Amino acid sequence: MDIVSLLQLIVSSSLVYAAPLIFTALGGTFSERSGVVNIGLEGIMVMGAFMSAIFNLMFYSTFGAMTPWLGLLAGGLIGILFSLIHAVATINLRADHIVSGTVINLAAPALAVFLTRAIYGAAQTGPLARSFGFANIFLLEKIPVIGPIFFQNTSGPAYLGILTAVIAWVVLFKTRFGLRLRSVGEHPHAAETLGINVYLMKYAGVMISGFLGGIGGAIQAQAIHNEFGILTVAGQGFIAMAAMIFGKWNPLGAMAAAIFFGFAQSLARIGNYIPIIQDIPGVWLQVLPYLLTIIILVGVVGRSVAPKDLGNTFVKSK
Amino acid sequence: MLTTNQNRFNALLIPTLSILLGFIFGALLMLLFGYNPIDAYQAMLMGVFNSPYFMGEAMRQATVLTFTGLGFAIAFKAGFFNIGIAGQLLAGWVAAIWVALSFPDLPRIILLTLSIGAAIIAGAVWAGIAGALRAYFGTSEVIVTIMLNYTALHLTNYIIRNVLTTGNTTDRVSDNASLSVGWLTDLTQGSRINMGLFIAIIVVILYWVFMTQMTAGFEVRAVGLNPDASTYAGMSAERNIILSMLISGGLAGLGGAVHGLGTFGNLFTQSGLPSLGFNGIAVALLGLGNPIGIFFSSILFGVLDVGAGFMPNRAGVPDEMADIVIAAIIFFVGANYIIRVALDKMQSNKTAEKGGE
Repeated sequence: MDIVSLLQLIVSSSLVYAAPLIFTALGGTFSERSGVVNIGLEGIMVMGAFMSAIFNLMFYSTFGAMTPWLGLLAGGLIGILFSLIHAVATINLRADHIVSGTVINLAAPALAVFLTRAIYGAAQTGPLARSFGFANIFLLEKIPVIGPIFFQNTSGPAYLGILTAVIAWVVLFKTRFGLRLRSVGEHPHAAETLGINVYLMKYAGVMISGFLGGIGGAIQAQAIHNEFGILTVAGQGFIAMAAMIFGKWNPLGAMAAAIFFGFAQSLARIGNYIPIIQDIPGVWLQVLPYLLTIIILVGVVGRSVAPKDLGNTFVKSK
Repeated sequence: MLTTNQNRFNALLIPTLSILLGFIFGALLMLLFGYNPIDAYQAMLMGVFNSPYFMGEAMRQATVLTFTGLGFAIAFKAGFFNIGIAGQLLAGWVAAIWVALSFPDLPRIILLTLSIGAAIIAGAVWAGIAGALRAYFGTSEVIVTIMLNYTALHLTNYIIRNVLTTGNTTDRVSDNASLSVGWLTDLTQGSRINMGLFIAIIVVILYWVFMTQMTAGFEVRAVGLNPDASTYAGMSAERNIILSMLISGGLAGLGGAVHGLGTFGNLFTQSGLPSLGFNGIAVALLGLGNPIGIFFSSILFGVLDVGAGFMPNRAGVPDEMADIVIAAIIFFVGANYIIRVALDKMQSNKTAEKGGE
């Protein structure tokens, strides 16, 4: 294998595995910037994966090649619906954020498999009708050397994710909405004094996280596993949260961290083709993403500062 | 939540109402999808309570849940959310089976002590990593324990396939390492209920003594309630974080030993993390951190778990329904604010009526 095709393999498989993480980490960023911890992202991804798989199988004859992209919307919408449970519990009912997130993580796989059985009579949906496959990025693929490595036979959803990260950065740091969202996560009472509707902002943060997390799950189902089952998501939501922390609660940082984790995960699949890495026993490549997450978290803590009022329940002043 | 509930009446009322609401939610969901909830719940409860065998199985499940629940609860009391119970349970399971297979001919009492001891240490070390990282580097224990869960899962499967055996299932441990008790097995017509039940009852008592009667337990609770004040009073936050995580993981490891030596007698490759870990969290939250509450919550979830197996055949309902009910119960426990507000309203209405007389 020559160096260009090797690099192309590494880049494209990293991006394939990074795509769900990018969206979900961006979702986590919005939620935590508004002050709500959302470890329920894992469960939201499960629901997104489930919904997109159902959508894919039901509507492929109507939408043809567009099916997986519309499946993202289906996943995002169910994500919003599920995130509302977390929003109501943490914002209105004053539940502990981690407990509520755990409830979502307990409920989502059970509910999704329950529904899969109710619809298909089995715990898995079976292969999807239309998956994402590999794409060439319009025009950019024509650039010499860089084009073949980065933009040919690559992951379409990952580039959508990178674009979304840039938009998310603009929204969070350059718009009035973003400023309000962040102020609610830093100092809700001061924000309230200025006339900002704190509950509304927190709802917005959690619902955006639900939308993006659902999309992340939909990518996981339609680009990586090509079906829905209990093992489709298996911890990606949590890795996305780690990417968010590693990225310092900044959309661009979270995106970069997600791509890094995507690379680490892809090693277990493509390690055999890469010199040096092919000599490492498989089990180490399998646990590498998880161990790396821990090492990175230990390393960045202190330099990585969470929103000030993260995880606290806000009670309206009377 | 676990730490703030002082009112005894509410302490019983909130879990009871949560259980009720959880079952009602499950029933509504079943109605929505055209299932008959009464048939489903009847199949679940009759299946368990009409047969000594399945009652034994439910109690066996409850035994392991008691360990994982207590393990989660002690960390929670100290202010830590140990989602890694499942991984620590796996670590304990591997250690127990490994020791038992290595020395099959040792006398029963020695082999059991060694096996269970190794399991407790393995679980404690696995959780202790997260505790130490939290204490000295401030790393979020939630993420670290989750990552350690998946690490444990892959390592377990690797050890099974490459160290303990070449296939996907290890040999069975010798009778000297088995936790089964003849008369208990006979009483329940051959269920896998085992000595673990008695160990669980002892641990429930020890847990209560530790938390309410000993200084170390008081320190753990104090650090959980207010770390700054505890540090000011001369308690070491680091020491208590690590101590509570060690005990937490040790209990999960003990659960793994009981599951390995009592339920299965062997170890096999896992496709996902054992649900006993996550249901342990549910048990602890429902039991509101009280050891006796945790024990009874474990029995309830044991019945739900084992009874769920009857729902597909007898009522045509997928057995995931039980997990949905469990999640709904914990939702209402977590969001008990809504229950309290409702209770307060009812009480104030009553007093208002009295005042009007």
